[in-house]
Amino acid sequence: MSAQSMNTMWIATIGTSVIAFALKYSGHSVPERWLSHPKIQKINALIPIALLSALVAIQSFSEKSKLIIDQRILGLSVAIITLFLKAPFPVVVLSAAVSSAAVYRWV
Amino acid sequence: MSKVSSTTLRDSLSVSLTVGAYGVAFGAAAVANGFTVLQSCLLSSLTFSGASQFAVIGVVGAGGSAISGIATASLLGVRNALYGVIMAPTLKVSRMTRIIAAQITIDESTAVALGQEVRGIKAMRRGFWYTGIGVFVFWNMFTLAGALGAQAMGDVRAFGLDSAVPAAFLGLVWPRLTGKFERILAICCAIFAIVMTPILPAGLPIIATAFIAIAVGLKR
Repeated sequence: MSAQSMNTMWIATIGTSVIAFALKYSGHSVPERWLSHPKIQKINALIPIALLSALVAIQSFSEKSKLIIDQRILGLSVAIITLFLKAPFPVVVLSAAVSSAAVYRWV
Repeated sequence: MSKVSSTTLRDSLSVSLTVGAYGVAFGAAAVANGFTVLQSCLLSSLTFSGASQFAVIGVVGAGGSAISGIATASLLGVRNALYGVIMAPTLKVSRMTRIIAAQITIDESTAVALGQEVRGIKAMRRGFWYTGIGVFVFWNMFTLAGALGAQAMGDVRAFGLDSAVPAAFLGLVWPRLTGKFERILAICCAIFAIVMTPILPAGLPIIATAFIAIAVGLKR
């Protein structure tokens, strides 16, 4: 149990929630015409590729702010192989999970 | 149910269950860091953004101030605003519905929606709503379970969930890597994020890659 007062926990809980929602809502409220330009459309198509690739990398090789190599590298490798074999999405996810769990438990 | 919508539903459910189950770890971690069960559940329903939630309980639990906890969590929440900008033209919702859409605008709902792009705008909308609501339901259920049972099933690694999530993201980006240019961009962003992880605060390496995409898109 930490020495923090209950007030700190409540302020953190409510403050984080209010700002989280404000950020989400503001994104939805940007006028659509800002996004109709072809360049913006092009960028819109590229941003998810960038963000998703970064998420894959970070969730595979980091823990907090440290880089580590663990059982997840096997999960990722299996996912890549199944994707090359054109496996459906649940097969990709499940085979990555099963291989990673096996290494974590028994190696 | 048509083939298209059942495919979308399947994608959404896979992600919802996989990601939602992580709520156990969050609930347990929150209680272990001095938050009450009620506060843990409120964070999952009101903040509803995994990285931000872990950040705030981590910082405050380690003795940080409420302000530094909020600031770290909000830094991580900036990318949800970006997702909102991406999703708004596809969703086209009324003012009231926008409140709900905004609340469920997270990594997973955006990723699944974008993953449905080849199946058309209706599939994208379905992917967003199914996944957003699905993750919301499972994430909150599992948070409560984790907070109450505190670490009953805490080690998600023993179930391979730590690998299932990146595999899910990879499965979603894969169909978008249609040409050499897209593949190079993806690899560059992945490498950039890894290199920046020890240097930048958590969450920033991900946000920064969005700016790489913007720079590349403007030049092209």
